[in-house]
Amino acid sequence: MCSTCGCDGDGHVISHLGQQDQAGGQLHSHTHGHGHHDHTHSLAKSHEHHPGSRVVQVEKDVLYENNLLAERNRGYFEAKEILAINLVSSPGSGKTTLLERTLTDLQGDADFFVIEGDQQTTLDADRIHATGAKVVQINTNKGCHLDAHMVMHAMQGLKLSNNAVLFIENVGNLVCPAMFDLGEQERVVIMSVTEGDDKPLKYPDMFHSSSLCIINKTDLLPYVPFDIEKAAANAKRVNPSLEIIEVSCTTGEGLSQWYEWLQSK
Amino acid sequence: MHELSIVMGIVDIAEEHARREGAQSVEEIELEIGCLTTVEMEAFESAWKQAVKTTILEHSVKTIHRTPGRAGCLECAAEFPLENLYDACPDCQGHFLQIYQGKELRVRSLVIH
Ligand SMILES: Nc1nc2c(ncn2[C@@H]2O[C@H](COP(=O)(O)OP(=O)(O)OP(=O)(O)O)[C@@H](O)[C@H]2O)c(=O)[nH]1
Ligand SMILES: [Zn+2]
Ligand SMILES: [Zn+2]
Ligand SMILES: [Zn+2]
Repeated sequence: MCSTCGCDGDGHVISHLGQQDQAGGQLHSHTHGHGHHDHTHSLAKSHEHHPGSRVVQVEKDVLYENNLLAERNRGYFEAKEILAINLVSSPGSGKTTLLERTLTDLQGDADFFVIEGDQQTTLDADRIHATGAKVVQINTNKGCHLDAHMVMHAMQGLKLSNNAVLFIENVGNLVCPAMFDLGEQERVVIMSVTEGDDKPLKYPDMFHSSSLCIINKTDLLPYVPFDIEKAAANAKRVNPSLEIIEVSCTTGEGLSQWYEWLQSK
Repeated sequence: MHELSIVMGIVDIAEEHARREGAQSVEEIELEIGCLTTVEMEAFESAWKQAVKTTILEHSVKTIHRTPGRAGCLECAAEFPLENLYDACPDCQGHFLQIYQGKELRVRSLVIH
């Protein structure tokens, strides 16, 4: 049983990489499930159904529990003046590569922490660990998104410092993570030029809920039929206030703009 | 398949309310799923079949209200039905919209016994 939130049972696995825990080991995991309950009462209006049955008015948001924990995470970030960024994209657009470059290039500029969401492996977390940043892995198993509860537990092992930057690499999937607020301040959606320029129209929720869109792999533009103007226009149709930065993580082109954006936050 | 997480959230809410009311069973459940949410209804139905087994909702009759999307234009103040998040204002073609309706994802009521 988890003492913070009273959750019990099975669920995702959280591994703390490269950090000393009580056992002195390199990797420590524990599992958590979901067992949260609320205590708000709604007015139970009764009217006839079967004898002995009655109607209870519930009027409750299904994501209420997640949103509550997200607010709690957000409060924690605000108190410690931590910039938390939720990185979302379809698989393979370059989230991990962008993080590797960012952590290497900006080393020493701030304290960086990373939460890596992945369905099965620790491959991405190992890559991040190699840059020297503090990283925690969340394996969602069959789950296709992170939720606020997973992030809350992942943070417990991270010992975040004040004024730090926390990157949360979500599971590669443009649909499911859109619905789950993690308590982040900024949501950054990454697409790459090897995808269709109609991505924003196919997955509008993700673009609608993000504040920055990074278009990666611009070094490949000569070889692919991707129309970058059209992609940007499509993204703006979904979300007119979305900022757009074009980068290549391979050549480093455009990365300084991304670093400036980070600096401004 | 975030639909499974959503169904599990619904089961949690139903069980909590049923327990609080001292109910033995939930005969009916009424849900509201707005048309602008990313809930895919086929995925939702199959997640439902799997996830309600052995829970208080196993034998419940479920009613789903699909609330249509509605938005207001922040540039010309027109109000209109919104099918997709990327649709433009029919009056001024603007994209600065405020969504009034269609994002709901709620348990409305239960019939308990
Ligand atoms: N040409 C080119 N390749 C890139 C660039 N950025 C990343 N890649 C390559 O794209 C592939 C996928 O990159 P990752 O960083 O693993 O992508 P990801 O988004 O983390 O993938 P998932 O975690 O599986 O969702 C790798 O082979 C990278 O080397 C780029 O700017 N240009
Ligand atoms: Zn917990
Ligand atoms: Zn999903
Ligand atoms: Zn208008």
